[in-house]
Amino acid sequence: MTKIVAKTGNEAMAEAMRQINPDVVAAYPITPATEIVQIFSSFVSNGEVDTLFVPTESEHSAISACVGAAAAGARVMTGTSSQGLALMHEVLFIAGGLRLPIVICEVNRALSSPINIHCDHSDTMASRDAGWIQIFSEDPQEAYDQTILAMKLSEQLFVPSMVTTDGFIISHAMQRVEIFDDNEVQEYLGEPKRPYNLLDVDNPITVGPLALQDYFMEIKVQQANFIKESRSKIKEILNDFNKKMKRDYSVVEKYMMDDAEFCFVALGSTAGTLRYTVDRLRKEGEKVGLLKVRFYRPFFEEDIVESLKNIKGCAIFDRSDMFAGTGGHLFNDVKSALYNSSSRPFLKDYVYGLGGRDIDVEDIESVYRDIKEFTENNGKGETVKYITVRE
Amino acid sequence: MANIKELASKGNFFSPGHRACAGCGGTIILRLLSAAAGENTVFVGATGCMEVVSTIYPYTSWKVPFMHNAFENSAATASGVESAYRALKKRGKINKDINIIAFGGDGGTYDIGLQSLSGAMERGHKLLYVCYDNGAYMNTGIQRSSATPFGASTTTSPAGKEIKGKMQHRKDLTEIMIAHNIPYVAQASIFYWNDFVEKVKKALNVDGPSFIDVLSPCPLGWGSEPSASVELSELAVSTHFWNVFECENGKYKINVKPKKEKPLEEFLFKQQRFKHLKNNPELVEELRRYLNEKYQNLLKKEECSNR
Ligand SMILES: Cc1ncc(C[n+]2csc(CCOP(=O)(O)OP(=O)(O)O)c2C)c(N)n1
Repeated sequence: MTKIVAKTGNEAMAEAMRQINPDVVAAYPITPATEIVQIFSSFVSNGEVDTLFVPTESEHSAISACVGAAAAGARVMTGTSSQGLALMHEVLFIAGGLRLPIVICEVNRALSSPINIHCDHSDTMASRDAGWIQIFSEDPQEAYDQTILAMKLSEQLFVPSMVTTDGFIISHAMQRVEIFDDNEVQEYLGEPKRPYNLLDVDNPITVGPLALQDYFMEIKVQQANFIKESRSKIKEILNDFNKKMKRDYSVVEKYMMDDAEFCFVALGSTAGTLRYTVDRLRKEGEKVGLLKVRFYRPFFEEDIVESLKNIKGCAIFDRSDMFAGTGGHLFNDVKSALYNSSSRPFLKDYVYGLGGRDIDVEDIESVYRDIKEFTENNGKGETVKYITVRE
Repeated sequence: MANIKELASKGNFFSPGHRACAGCGGTIILRLLSAAAGENTVFVGATGCMEVVSTIYPYTSWKVPFMHNAFENSAATASGVESAYRALKKRGKINKDINIIAFGGDGGTYDIGLQSLSGAMERGHKLLYVCYDNGAYMNTGIQRSSATPFGASTTTSPAGKEIKGKMQHRKDLTEIMIAHNIPYVAQASIFYWNDFVEKVKKALNVDGPSFIDVLSPCPLGWGSEPSASVELSELAVSTHFWNVFECENGKYKINVKPKKEKPLEEFLFKQQRFKHLKNNPELVEELRRYLNEKYQNLLKKEECSNR
């Protein structure tokens, strides 16, 4: 039996955490993610969860404690954003390498400098190579569902996950959310599965050893191969989630793509505005579609290439920049995915929304005109455009 | 009091065959520590010599569970292990009593790991943190730390023509730990091995965090004879270079009050790191002044806190 409530992204994530009822949550406050752990600590104080809450003195310690707790066999979660995720950076790689099932509720926020508390994807993108699953949410509903899904994925695959929402746009915006029963969530997740257990003193193991030239490469290749193969397992787990929890999610989501000649590709909340704009343009007879990338890591290369195979011109929306002179992260990933494909659309990057800069329907419509023109000109000219920037 | 033969025969949880240098104090500390703690113990070690020499894949010296996360976070990691332990115990998934011990070198403890240590102590996790204090970053090649003693030459505070080694005194981390009002804080020396073993047992028995700082001779970093490590551990105490004491619930006790105090030079000049001080007696005087003041203060604290 599902229940319909009004929740912000943060509230929805905190609710998912309550229902997951993890053994340990270690966290540190940062805007706009603070609320998640704040709400969660009230669940702890009121005895609504059995969780041990560890209010650490930094995000570095929060994720370190999560790593310790997960290695010790606990079901572990945390939440953070921006500078907090950046401070965790070192340990994110360790969690990935140790194959620990940890879930981070990550609220996308621009990295300093200048300091800014609003949304862009620079924080999540900066940690894309850490060996974590990264799932973007379009709205509070997805944030809620995907938090539960992430716990399952991490425990099935022994790969840590971060589920992201867009700071303020989703984290603080209230929407209708369908909530599962507590026992449905517990049944779906089952008992925590662990790769190993440090606390098993009868079978002592050494975790996090030093591996040098003779073994390091094999260990990392195992990790790389596993992540590569995990894509089909993620699809299976997602299908199972859809069946059991009555949802309809896919790793990349196609909207009006069947006959589309042009399309937008985006992550997170902007997908909503893009879908709306697609509808408007369709009414005017434009053959445009949307590809929403739900899983950014692992990268579902084949699905993306397949979705774009009949597209003539493709506008990538990047809410982050790589500062390499080559645009944003999604653009570069999609571009390299297409390299070996026989049918490559013209590709142009539209970097938008940095530090929470708003993007509206008109902005997207002008992108549409621009990508059409770019395509007609056979991709001549700049391939990266910064939009909604004041002159 | 434990008997050394007993300790040696049954408490062998840190096995030989590790890659430490001859005369390494750190491995003696781990050997005694793991023996005192017993088999139901989980260790979390910081990046540094002890982690490096004991866990070269696919080998391990650890016969009890051991975990390494990173350099500056062994206390935070152990606080996670401890929280998992309590959570799983509450849920009836574990019924054993398990000790949780974190350790790090002075770099991982006094410097880069200080925040993480302070946080874990303040939060009151039931864990013991042991610092093996060799007074420099030895693993990366003898760089100064805030635990490096005044006057010592290291690769980042080299004794030169103008500057004669490290020109700052040691940070007093043990006092910083005492200021956290945790139930048990101590300093130890491997020469007084039984005192150290008793301190470990005491620390593991308190209901809350505990901290022990152990002087850890390092032949390579100190420029001393490998065979002199234990002797130096004695000289350090009888020259007041290193005080062996504890602070239990706010009450100080100096466990070793040297009957015959020895001149500081006897400790210093068995080590190459201080050899340039032979030509700079005023620096030896400054170190002596500082160490005497520390010891006199400690005597006063012992007296006041036990009144
Ligand atoms: C974040 C980070 N910075 C630097 C290092 C490099 N590093 C590894 S061990 C070490 C020094 C360790 O010194 P200490 O804690 O005193 O232990 P010891 O080497 O003396 O055993 C350093 C600087 C690291 N591993 N991680």
